[in-house]
Amino acid sequence: MADQGPSGLTSSRRDFLVKLAQGAAIAGTGGLLWGYMLRNEARAAPYALRPPGALAENDFNAACIKCGQCVIDCPPLILKLEPAGGALPIGMPFFEPRTGACIMCPDIPCMKACPTGALSPKLKRIEDARMGLAVIDIENCLSYKGLRCEICHRECPIKGKAITLETHPRQTSRHAMFIPLVHSDACTGCGICEKACPTDIAAIRILPHKLVQGRIGEHYRLGWTFDTEITKDFKPAEALPAAAPDAPVPKTAPGMDYLNEGGI
Amino acid sequence: MSPPDNTASRRSPPDGAKKHLGRPGEFLESAQPPFSGADTQASMDKVHNLSGGARVWSWRYIVLRRLTQVGFLLLFFGTAHWGWQVAKDVPLLAGNLSASKFIGLIPLTDPFAALQIFLTGHVLEQESLIGAAIVLGIYLLIGGRVFCSWVCPVNVVTDAAGWLRNKMGIQALFHLPRSLRYFVLLAALIITVVTGLAAFEWVSPIGMMHREIIFGLGLGFTALLAIFLFDLLILKHGWCGHLCPLGAFYSLIGKTSLVRVRFDKNTCTHCGECAKICPEPQVLNLKKLDERGYVFSGECSNCGRCSPICPEGSLKFDFKPLIRSHNVQADAIAVQRRTK
Repeated sequence: MADQGPSGLTSSRRDFLVKLAQGAAIAGTGGLLWGYMLRNEARAAPYALRPPGALAENDFNAACIKCGQCVIDCPPLILKLEPAGGALPIGMPFFEPRTGACIMCPDIPCMKACPTGALSPKLKRIEDARMGLAVIDIENCLSYKGLRCEICHRECPIKGKAITLETHPRQTSRHAMFIPLVHSDACTGCGICEKACPTDIAAIRILPHKLVQGRIGEHYRLGWTFDTEITKDFKPAEALPAAAPDAPVPKTAPGMDYLNEGGI
Repeated sequence: MSPPDNTASRRSPPDGAKKHLGRPGEFLESAQPPFSGADTQASMDKVHNLSGGARVWSWRYIVLRRLTQVGFLLLFFGTAHWGWQVAKDVPLLAGNLSASKFIGLIPLTDPFAALQIFLTGHVLEQESLIGAAIVLGIYLLIGGRVFCSWVCPVNVVTDAAGWLRNKMGIQALFHLPRSLRYFVLLAALIITVVTGLAAFEWVSPIGMMHREIIFGLGLGFTALLAIFLFDLLILKHGWCGHLCPLGAFYSLIGKTSLVRVRFDKNTCTHCGECAKICPEPQVLNLKKLDERGYVFSGECSNCGRCSPICPEGSLKFDFKPLIRSHNVQADAIAVQRRTK
């Protein structure tokens, strides 16, 4: 035990501990760098338009094996795999509607080609696909300027459901307008509208739902619209049982009960 | 010339032999050969004085490997770009090395990619599981790293770098343990679990090269250039031999292979030409080959460099179940020759 260091450790033991620390340092730095690379690469995932049936963003990132079989089986050949160094995450399929919109094949060949289920076979009808959502730039839409364009409305494969026209009749000093409105419950995000839009840069575009769609929250009660999704479960309160002390409060929607309680 | 029969002493290696973990050329000093130094020199002369025809013939496996490597790329490329199909709407080989479908029927999946996706928590569809099982089965039979030598397109790049490095006589800058790849493999699996992303598939230069040749160019070639320069100037056989986790994965798979290089200790003169040309020379530790009778390490990629270069024909591809009897025969022949 001649070579005891100042810390009281034998040199072989100290060597071992130092080696251990060095190994851990290499593994730690390497792992951090690798993890950082992955996160950096996945950063742009929210901006990609994926083929029909694609799982939600994180699940799709995890599940896609980057084989390109969907690309090969796509009849209009609109799908591409992002190469290294591109803006979108590496190797995964996407499409750009302005140059190649999804033609919504009823048999969904891209989804069927997927070996891992990143394009989920749970999608049975192409009409249920939600690749993205059409969004209108009302400042540059020809219809909003009073022109009879409506090309998006006419080209939309979900006729009369995904894009409807709202008519504003001519008024004094106001031009008549036929305004296209997109409905998220029917729009598949195929991008036919974006491709067909006649403006220089498309005034109607497909964007991932996550980037455009809001949510009002559960607590809003739009009492004046009893037929909407949110208030359909509202019921008028039933009459209270007469003078029964400690009678159970009738089951009504929250926020309605206090208006109907007797005695106050 | 009658070399002494000291087979027994060679079978029980001298003290300290266990420390020989296969540094190339190390066996040259330590073995007690049943042959003279003149024999060794003669063997080396044979290698260096090959006639033109014999030299070309010794490239046969390299040529075959390039053909299969380019051939696989061509099958994928032709299916994607020229619509190659075996019948109407039945593509020949759709996809790439990560996953594909052969004649619209047989799924093929990179088992390492499938393992990573499994570790992200995604439940894989049956097709990719069957595909992974098929590929795994094939490589269990013919040697995991057969992928590396006969299929992987990056191997063409690293072989070119290795060849040029030899030509230019570039000296080692530093050494890394070849076991590093297993730690990279482990790291890939851990990072996959932590981040929920298939860690190697997202950075794999193999995937980049294959995808960009088949599906359109990007910056993947810069990664290949980096690997080429790394192998050429920094570390010999750096990527394939030290870092690549897919190679490490296939090394582990390759232990059961039925296709192996048989080693005939009776004819070997320890000239060391095989280890000079082998990209994984640690697998050619002749002491250990003596004991087992064949190249048993999973790190051997069955590339077929050693077999044609060996001037004595001591290294030959063989079918593993037959190797023992072939070696017994070779021993008998050698005994006969000595007693003559």
